Amino acid sequence: MEMEELAVGKSWVHGIDPRLKIVIMLVFSILVALNNNIHVVTASLLLSILLIVTARLDVRFMLRRLGMVNGFILFLWFFMPFTASGENIYSLGPIDIKREGVHQALLITIKSNAIVMMGITMLGTSSVFSLIHAMSHLYVPDKIVHLFFFCFRYIHVINDEYQRLKNAMRMRGFRPRTNMHTYKSYSYLVGMLLIRSFDRSRRILQAMKCRGFRNKFYILHHYEMKKFDYAVAFSSVAFAVFILVLN
Amino acid sequence: MHISEGVLSAPELGVGALLTVVGLGIGLRRMDYERLPEVAILSSVFFVASLIHVPIGPSAAHLVLTGLCGTLLGWMAFPAIFVGLSLQAILFGFGGVTTLGINTFNMAFPAVILGMLLRHFLNSSNYKFRIAVEFVAGSGSILISGLLVALCLVIALGQSMRAAAQVVVLAHVPVMIIEGLITVFVIEFIRKVRPEML
Repeated sequence: MEMEELAVGKSWVHGIDPRLKIVIMLVFSILVALNNNIHVVTASLLLSILLIVTARLDVRFMLRRLGMVNGFILFLWFFMPFTASGENIYSLGPIDIKREGVHQALLITIKSNAIVMMGITMLGTSSVFSLIHAMSHLYVPDKIVHLFFFCFRYIHVINDEYQRLKNAMRMRGFRPRTNMHTYKSYSYLVGMLLIRSFDRSRRILQAMKCRGFRNKFYILHHYEMKKFDYAVAFSSVAFAVFILVLN
Repeated sequence: MHISEGVLSAPELGVGALLTVVGLGIGLRRMDYERLPEVAILSSVFFVASLIHVPIGPSAAHLVLTGLCGTLLGWMAFPAIFVGLSLQAILFGFGGVTTLGINTFNMAFPAVILGMLLRHFLNSSNYKFRIAVEFVAGSGSILISGLLVALCLVIALGQSMRAAAQVVVLAHVPVMIIEGLITVFVIEFIRKVRPEML
């Protein structure tokens, strides 16, 4: 399973305080998502690309990820240029291509990619645990933070279990096809994962109780905003103001 | 189906976020610390299950299992699905922070409502009726989620998206059937092996 592979690195983006990264990503996403000026949105996309390049992220990896994310956008392109109302820019037999539709689809494509790239650059360059830790400093409710912590902690364990069961099925000659047997086998696989995990969660709860868990994680290491973080924060505010003024 | 960033406008995103906050609030209140590890770890199972691709004819679809999640966890499925979707956004870039609210609502709300309604019939002694109920929990959640996504598209992009919205719903039909079947098999399996989970 591919995850957290961008989190190791030594660029300036990797060094930003995770709390600040979450805030930047939030504000950037909201500003871009709600903006309908194509120039501003394009400027935001360029900023995202600039960050990816200076963060020295693997471009091929990034493109692969963007390819997966753009499925929905591609789907919209099959409809929007043709079904919008308004002025024709091109007619292809019975099919009209509308200016309004193309414009709207283009706007969505740029916005979506700008936000996803910023998300990957900001969140992908931190480990998930450091992001969860940062959330607890950003007033996310304790229970949600704990859910994130446990859920992410056990995804790997459960994925290993899944791989083991899958290999066991394969060794017994299971080959997925479109038939009831396949669906039944997958269901029993999922059922087994659920039951084992349920039992595991019981054991975890008991282990936590034995160790005196009192509904709280004590954090030993605290984040500290450095001069560099303040500089990043200042430039982000400047960019946000720039977007708002241009609007 | 995740709605991408940049498609919806402020009112839908706002309403979606608000509804999800309400759902999360109810879910978290029902979930005391005793049950937290269970909810979290079932949430990781649903995350891993969403990486399983099952064949449908020449194509394949990944499992969603929100109906099953709602049946097992009730209101607590809201936080479980929220955490799963957030991790998908963080780890894979699917969806994003502005659409997290509406996407969570679209997937969790039908699952929670159907799960809560149908849970009472799960112990019915009428075998056929029970199977039907389980099938509806699995497939109905997907159907309503698909309808909600289609509705969002039409509201956001206007009547001209009617065709696209219809395709969205139609695309959910094969997945619906598979999810219904798998939900039935999984619940019947759990009933045999670990009935106290239901």
